[in-house]
Amino acid sequence: MSAVETQHVARDLMDQLPVLQVAIPLIAAPLIVFIGNRKLAWAIAFAASAAAFVIACTLLWQVIDGSVISYHIGGWAPPLGIEYRIDALSAMILMLISGIGTIVLPYAYASVAAEIPKKQHTLFYALFMLCLTGLLGMVATGDAFNIFVFLEISSLSTYVLVAMGAHKDPRALTAAYDYLIMGTIGATFFVIGLGMLYMATGTLNLADLAERIADQGINRTVRAGFAFVVVGMGLKVAMYPLHHWLPNAYTFAPSAVTTFLAATATKAAIYVMLRFLFSVFSPGFHFEDWTLYLIFIPFSLLAMFAASFVAVFQTNLKRMLAFSSIAQIGYMLLGIAMLNATGLSAAVVHMVNHGISKAALFMGVGAMVMYSGSAFFDDLKGLGRKMPITGAVMVAGGLSLIGVPGTAGFISKWMLVQAAFENGWWIIAIAIMLSSLLAVIYVWRMFEVLYLTAPSDDCTATDPPLPMLVPMLILAGACIWFGFDTELTLGSARVAAEGLLAGSAGMMH
Amino acid sequence: MMHHHLILRVVTKMLVGTIILFAFYVQFHGDFSPGGGFQAGVIMAVAFILYGIVFGLNKAEEVFPPWLVHKLAAFGVLVYAGTGVVSLLLGYNFLDYNAFNPGHPSHGQHWGIFAVELGVGITVTGVMVAIYYAFAGRPPPINDEDW
Repeated sequence: MSAVETQHVARDLMDQLPVLQVAIPLIAAPLIVFIGNRKLAWAIAFAASAAAFVIACTLLWQVIDGSVISYHIGGWAPPLGIEYRIDALSAMILMLISGIGTIVLPYAYASVAAEIPKKQHTLFYALFMLCLTGLLGMVATGDAFNIFVFLEISSLSTYVLVAMGAHKDPRALTAAYDYLIMGTIGATFFVIGLGMLYMATGTLNLADLAERIADQGINRTVRAGFAFVVVGMGLKVAMYPLHHWLPNAYTFAPSAVTTFLAATATKAAIYVMLRFLFSVFSPGFHFEDWTLYLIFIPFSLLAMFAASFVAVFQTNLKRMLAFSSIAQIGYMLLGIAMLNATGLSAAVVHMVNHGISKAALFMGVGAMVMYSGSAFFDDLKGLGRKMPITGAVMVAGGLSLIGVPGTAGFISKWMLVQAAFENGWWIIAIAIMLSSLLAVIYVWRMFEVLYLTAPSDDCTATDPPLPMLVPMLILAGACIWFGFDTELTLGSARVAAEGLLAGSAGMMH
Repeated sequence: MMHHHLILRVVTKMLVGTIILFAFYVQFHGDFSPGGGFQAGVIMAVAFILYGIVFGLNKAEEVFPPWLVHKLAAFGVLVYAGTGVVSLLLGYNFLDYNAFNPGHPSHGQHWGIFAVELGVGITVTGVMVAIYYAFAGRPPPINDEDW
């Protein structure tokens, strides 16, 4: 071994990017606790997530041509060592997560000050960094057990972040507890699945798993492992019948946390699902095909209609948007189940587009809640008129949620409909359009409350301070921008989808 | 109160030092005998928890104040991650311990593990004691009005 090591070539910054992506927020979290200063805490958190965003952009730029970066932690080569593996798909999701983190933090500064007691602020930013670390790690790593570890890092910090809403509404505690139980069941299922795959193959590296499963063929252990992994991740994704934790967690969490989670947490879980469905296993594994056709498609359709339908009747705006998230996750899973390049690109691009739109909407609600005290429609009456910029941001986000042409949401739904036509699934294409009509109804309800009802006479609400407005405007701008310029989103989504469909071959060394 | 449990108090005073010494043994001898950072951290925390159980939470918090506990928990992670950063600055991969002694990589590995395990030990001590403080110092149940 020493003979090899003496010829070591020093690695430069560019070589280290995959690990820095995760390590920078990871170091920021204990640093914030160690320094223990409220003002510095925010500055460190912002610097770390901005650095993570720059790294993610650089990584995407490096792998956009379809290449793959493999980084060996501790210098131990895979499959024995832990490998970080960046391709177009992971770089894109890394960019989404770190980008949303960076945009949410300036907003969080004012929002957290209003919603969380002062002495918890330092810990809030430390937890936020841990959550960011976990989500980025899940996406960056190429090691199955490492995914579990990062999943737990992000989940545990998320539970506490949700519970921090208890200062405003004690129901945040039960919401966090629900999420804790459901999330733990999900993580347990996931790790049981990994255990079975490990038992059958003797490896935990995703690429190596794919090779060995392909070599030895499918047996009952592998099938059971697959099922456990899909159900476990399904819980984290909030796949339709497993979505129970989501509405309360999103409703009662502090606004900044809701914004961040809605845009990133489920997306990271969908990423892991994609990795297992396409990189570890591959379509053609009949059990997987049947899972996609008989479970993903019916439940996605059910999510699109049932969750949208429930959203229409909500009286709390945050809750309405939470149910809409469940419906939108249905679109993503439907795109995956189409099993063609267009459907997969639609799913991937919808992860980004929906993340941006939902973040804009939740930020808008958060800004209004700062003045009204609650997200119930009755308390938000006419606030769109009193807070014109916030209202405009929410309209942009709402239009993108429906999928009106000229917004980001249109691009992903259009791709999805095209994918359905490619498969000749006319009924599903029609279902996608019909369910969008339900979105029109609930977005219209929001619009009606914000603009068409008169504000109370003593309402003193105005647009929030600049640090909250700018992130909202950036996101609303992105909703529109990505509706016209699809080079970045759709372009990388196509590369990502091709990489996925190349199957486990895309993961070979 | 102070006059009760005389034997317990005397024995605890004698044991605490021994437990801490044993924790250091497990920590620094971990590479030749069973043990390592996690076990050492737990044993170290046990010394403080035993002290807290016998002499009361207030006494324990005088010896090992909660703010220090939290800082230590964070500091351990920094030691661990810092080891990775140093190896990175030396031009090696994150946590590639060969960086610490390129001429003799197995020594480098030894030192790297040593530093990392120290970080683990510090964090585990901090976290275990923090958990004990959190449970022992639990505020009374929430009032009905708070709901």
